[in-house]
Amino acid sequence: MPQNNFWQSFFRNRMGVIGFVMLAIAVAVAIFAPLIAPYDPNTTVRVTIDNIYSPPSAQNWLGTDDAGKDVLTNLIYGARVSLIVGFFASFISLVIGGTIGLVAGFYGGRVENVLMRLTDILLVIPDLPLLIVLIALLGRGMPILIFVIGILGWTGTARVVRSQTLSVRERKFVQRARAIGAGNLYIIRRHIFPLVFPLMLVNAVLVISAAILNESTLAFLGLGDPTRLSWGQMLNFAFSRGAMSAGAWWSLVPPGLAIIWVVLGLTLLGNGLERVFNPRLEMHHLAIGDEMVARPPQVVGPVAVAAVGKTVGE
Amino acid sequence: MSQATILTVQNLRKYFPIGNGHLFRPSDKQVHAVDDVSFYLEKGEVLAVVGESGCGKSTLALTLLGLEKPTAGQIFFDGKEVTNLNRADLKIMRRHIQMIFQDPYESLNPLMTVGEIVAEPLVVHGLATRKNERTARVQKALEEAGLNPVDSYINRRPHELSGGQRQRVVIASALVLEPSLLLADEPVSMLDVSIRAEILNLLIDLRAKRGISILFITHDLSTVASFADRVAVMYLGRIVEIGAVADVLQDPQHPYTKALLSVVPVANPRLRHERIILQGETPNPIDVPTGCRFHPRCPIAIEACQRIDPPFVEIRNGQRAACIRIGEPTT
Ligand SMILES: Nc1ncnc2c1ncn2[C@@H]1O[C@H](COP(=O)(O)OP(=O)(O)O)[C@@H](O)[C@H]1O
Ligand SMILES: [Mg+2]
Repeated sequence: MPQNNFWQSFFRNRMGVIGFVMLAIAVAVAIFAPLIAPYDPNTTVRVTIDNIYSPPSAQNWLGTDDAGKDVLTNLIYGARVSLIVGFFASFISLVIGGTIGLVAGFYGGRVENVLMRLTDILLVIPDLPLLIVLIALLGRGMPILIFVIGILGWTGTARVVRSQTLSVRERKFVQRARAIGAGNLYIIRRHIFPLVFPLMLVNAVLVISAAILNESTLAFLGLGDPTRLSWGQMLNFAFSRGAMSAGAWWSLVPPGLAIIWVVLGLTLLGNGLERVFNPRLEMHHLAIGDEMVARPPQVVGPVAVAAVGKTVGE
Repeated sequence: MSQATILTVQNLRKYFPIGNGHLFRPSDKQVHAVDDVSFYLEKGEVLAVVGESGCGKSTLALTLLGLEKPTAGQIFFDGKEVTNLNRADLKIMRRHIQMIFQDPYESLNPLMTVGEIVAEPLVVHGLATRKNERTARVQKALEEAGLNPVDSYINRRPHELSGGQRQRVVIASALVLEPSLLLADEPVSMLDVSIRAEILNLLIDLRAKRGISILFITHDLSTVASFADRVAVMYLGRIVEIGAVADVLQDPQHPYTKALLSVVPVANPRLRHERIILQGETPNPIDVPTGCRFHPRCPIAIEACQRIDPPFVEIRNGQRAACIRIGEPTT
């Protein structure tokens, strides 16, 4: 029943649902790429003057690229690179940002000052130059890309987690745990983290979208993984190999739209989730009790139940 | 300090610095939340601490548990000084002293089940590590706290419980470690009037069955008579009168105690006194009045009260009050 309420509340938010569907389509395409793609991306194509930048046709729905390869096939397989980099890099960001936010918010004092100063510094430095420098230092390749994007993308998470930790820390059940004899690590693990986690999930969606955008940007600049064709790389090739002068819009527009599709989907989903979780978090300040804590899928049910139960009394 | 004393507090102070001082010019003002408090608690005894909201009762309890660091003074628990313990010793002490907080709606983690909450102290202290042993102790504690049948509660979460049931869960989790001292900080003040008696009776039973010592904090004098042995009346961070419940309630000495008692509804009309309405507001504990801290509101204050911080006057077997006008024929 609580599950239903969560979904009800979520579905009322139409934009969030649209975002969810957009993302789901992208994920499905990435997973089932071999089944969907009309060609094998690794087959060598004998390049002739006819199949370089050939326009959309019955054989190649989105035409071919500079190497005579099917653009639709590239596009479908490119989803894999974007999503893999997005998910893994954001996982790194969430672990770093979550840890820094929890530690800063929980311990406060000088620890918090140092950590948040660090966060602020990283926040104001533009990502792109830093990314480029790190790639230049560390080399290219998907694991490095994931690592570099991941270790630069945690600032937003750290701030969200810190502020939520600050408010959870002050709650009475944390003091009670201390009174029982619980230590800091136990309290963070058992009492703080579970209440911060839902917010991290919401934040994760936005972190993934930033990571995907970063990957695309780097690939577009020619700093992507050279062995795997991503959407950014498709754009890079199109630009650097004469698609513009050939008027081959079909090799430019699809990867561009694909990036927008995923990033927009994630943003809508993130906003939708935030709206589902946040009203409850605000209600908490109205001191109705401890029910308004965001809680993954079960969140809405208890709130409704408790709010009604309150008037009925004991 | 006799063998039978479980808790002794000597000249305990807890001052909070006020946060809005300038970075390089920290504010030297302080909240005098607990300001020179001394008392003892015998084994198996119930001592009620009574006072208006904001007089420092909760801070006193938190300081006793080491949740707030005392500014000055000493605390002895079970014959050992526990004033500034290190982390490991604090943990050991907290096995034996448990606290019940005022707000049962806030003092339970909303994501944990009743079973997990009650088992938590055992987990934290690494006790009863075998699963069936742990379950047995949790069930016993829930039963003792009056949550029957236990099985219908153990998997519920706090939002599925009423305020009274939640407070019983808090009590169960305090009992599971079999503590020797219970600090009950206004355990019923947030509850519906209709169920307050149940919870108080539960505490009375516990005391009778287990011989547990209880520091019972309340702002409501009428709940004191029913089960406390002694009562300490607190005003602005200081105990102004302490003694056996019968003595203090029937023959209060301090004008503040008299004022508090005069507004308690009394069933027996012969015992009704004239209501003493205190003038003015409770002063804030930042600028504590000079001399006797009660003098600005005291109906019998004289000029000397502005200068003299009154020492305790012994009235009779342990009843003491801090007022310079005690014993004067006019009072
Ligand atoms: N952590 C704190 N920091 C600053 N002032 C505090 C803090 N805790 C309590 N106080 C102040 O100390 C005084 C006593 O508070 P408290 O012990 O909660 O009183 P009571 O429990 O009797 O209502 C109040 O003036 C309160 O504002
Ligand atoms: Mg209090």
